[in-house]
Amino acid sequence: MFEYCVDPSVLEGFRWLSCYLTTGKHFLFYWSFLTVLTLLAVTAPTALAFGFGGAMLARGPAPVSWLGKVYIMAVRGVPDIAFFLFFVIALDQGIEYLRHMVVCPDWTDPIRQGNDFIVCSDAKTPNNSADQIYHDVYGFFLAVFTYAIVFGAFAANVLFGAMQAVPRGQIETAEAYGMTPRQTFWRITVPQMWVYALPGLSNLWMVLIKATPLLFLLGIEDIVYWARELGGTKQAKFTDYPHGDWRLWYFLFLLVFYLAFTKVSEAVLDRVMARLTRGQGTLGGTA
Amino acid sequence: MSCTQTILDYGLRAIGIGERLLPRTDFTLCQQFTLIGSGLIWNVYFAVMALVVGFFLANAVAMGKASDRWWLRKLCEWFVLIFRGSPLFIQFFLAYFIFLRLKQAGILPFLTVAQWGALVVLILNTAAYSAEIFFGALKSVPKGEVEAAEAYGMTGWAKFRRIIWPTQMRLAWPAYTNEAIFLFHATTLVFFSGFPTWRQQGDALYYAQYFADKTFNPFVPYPILAFYFVVISVAVIGLFGLINRRLNRHLPQAQRPKLRYRPQIIR
Amino acid sequence: MKKLILTTAAAALVAGLALAGSHGETVRMGTEGAYPPYNFINDAGEVDGFERELGDELCKRAELTCEWVTNEWDSIIPNLVSGNYDTIIAGMSITAERDEVIDFTQNYTQPDPSAYMAMSMDADLKGGVIAAQTNTIQAGFISANGMTLVEYATPEETVAAVKSGEADAVLADKSYLAPIAEGDADLMLLEQQELIGGGVGMGIRESDGELKEKFNMAIQSMKDDGSLNALIAKWEVGEQF
Repeated sequence: MFEYCVDPSVLEGFRWLSCYLTTGKHFLFYWSFLTVLTLLAVTAPTALAFGFGGAMLARGPAPVSWLGKVYIMAVRGVPDIAFFLFFVIALDQGIEYLRHMVVCPDWTDPIRQGNDFIVCSDAKTPNNSADQIYHDVYGFFLAVFTYAIVFGAFAANVLFGAMQAVPRGQIETAEAYGMTPRQTFWRITVPQMWVYALPGLSNLWMVLIKATPLLFLLGIEDIVYWARELGGTKQAKFTDYPHGDWRLWYFLFLLVFYLAFTKVSEAVLDRVMARLTRGQGTLGGTA
Repeated sequence: MSCTQTILDYGLRAIGIGERLLPRTDFTLCQQFTLIGSGLIWNVYFAVMALVVGFFLANAVAMGKASDRWWLRKLCEWFVLIFRGSPLFIQFFLAYFIFLRLKQAGILPFLTVAQWGALVVLILNTAAYSAEIFFGALKSVPKGEVEAAEAYGMTGWAKFRRIIWPTQMRLAWPAYTNEAIFLFHATTLVFFSGFPTWRQQGDALYYAQYFADKTFNPFVPYPILAFYFVVISVAVIGLFGLINRRLNRHLPQAQRPKLRYRPQIIR
Repeated sequence: MKKLILTTAAAALVAGLALAGSHGETVRMGTEGAYPPYNFINDAGEVDGFERELGDELCKRAELTCEWVTNEWDSIIPNLVSGNYDTIIAGMSITAERDEVIDFTQNYTQPDPSAYMAMSMDADLKGGVIAAQTNTIQAGFISANGMTLVEYATPEETVAAVKSGEADAVLADKSYLAPIAEGDADLMLLEQQELIGGGVGMGIRESDGELKEKFNMAIQSMKDDGSLNALIAKWEVGEQF
């Protein structure tokens, strides 16, 4: 990065550190913060949409509601690690299988040959020869989708509860005004439920932030991956910047990052919540 | 080898009873179910111990957060922020690091072993999350109930124990159920990051990984693991539902479901 | 009958097209990027090491365009058979179990013995505690031989365990431990070694015979002209051929 970084072994102190912290590898580390933040920004609304869908299903008539309830129960019941460890490969194979059916209808070879999963090269997602950036974007998309499914189930649970919590009187009033169930749902239940859903959703957001260290299981090189990689002992043979086990410092840095992020999120959500609970007759309402 | 024999050999493998060597070839479904189930002993141990101890600690911290003394309040707030605000992944790493240093200094050497060290981390972690839930519930206790208690001449401890605390628990219970489920899930991180596994006595995820690694097929062991955890979650929801029924038994029937869906803080 | 011939011809045509298609296609090389000297991420953030140099040379000789991909060690085989990359070139020993699921090219290193590293030369291996990375051949070896095994998630932590006194020794590939022992005055390699794994080869899908042949020929040509030995000497990954 800097001109004096040509031979770091003769540098000391601050100059050495300035070179060390600006290696290409460190830029990948800094870049991964952006990846994680982008992922959070994309996943949160997607998961909310999944949650809304799940809650609607769970409220539906009998056979449909089972579907929604099974989704909520099954995904909530499974630790996210266990889910991440096999789901992404399955999802990827599913997508390629569907594309294969559409793109290569004349293909005669079996798709499963022994252990191998083989689709025609046009159905490979993304194509083998595509730029690495497409592979990265595709991996990112898979991760967002997987996180959205998991956190969608939790969001569905929260929203389902919130919809039930809308006071019966309001629904009855709507009915008295001659609204159809559809109108009641969209004009009364949905606008009213957010007040009840916010505490649950804001906590879900906190959990989502703290689930990001598992991203490396989905093939995304996230901040914890790089902290581990950069902090590990480096021998002089393989790097210009040999050092001992520095993982402690990298992890402490991550700790500060996560605490700050949580604190900021909390402050914002608290303000929203304070607005919503103002004037309610509880111990908190007067505090 | 019959499945009964496999269960006898490996059913308690996770706590060091039975066959010393793990299966190495010809993996059967029965072996996978048995060993992953055996590892579940550790998940249940960690979760139950942490829940029981954490429950009391959480109540204390929630009261501390609501205290009039500013230093106590700040202390509790920082405790909750640190354990709620950082990933468990990182907590385990840092805790193991600190426990190692302590051991080298001759203090509490047993903490480098997962069953004590990881348990301490899980207790503190769940206490922080539960304290936030209980604190939120405390804030939502209807003012009318407190005023009624005061009108009866109740003060201090009696008011808290007989009026505020029961209502607080009632309000917190649905969210606390979620916390219990999450805690069960969190136990899978113990050996996954941070604490070492001794003599191949690991938790359910450890054995699932073992089989995934040996068979090169993630589509069998991980769904088995998932199945076990769904069963546990159903059991937890059932058990906590019973307690919830007891907590709310004095309320009119129609009002119960409403309380159940009180929007609360989940983890 | 006529129809049958037609379909066969069509199948042959499709197969021919597929072959032509795969010829110009990029071959994706899957590696771990955390196992020096075989493969690691260098200061610039790129895959580097013995296998990087070897792989680039092999691709040149086989006239293939190659792209490097990193993947977690735990899921490196499932992702290969699922088609997310086309080869595994990650210091993977050829073992009978792995060979049942994927195919290997001929080995490009000699079998690398596993070595013990400890804080003193007279560490007690039989009665002491031996550290290894979770689910490695070394971990299996230690437990099969009745020694006390303690497993850590990453190789880094196994070395740290020895330094902190949690374990008396660590068992891992010699070429991984050697540079660490060299760089740290407290740590030393013991004389006792274990021959657990076979040589290292490239892992390739069983259905990908053509690609395997190409790499086999390229490896053979590097063995024949001595360039492979030069690479092995440069990166110190065991005996030469």
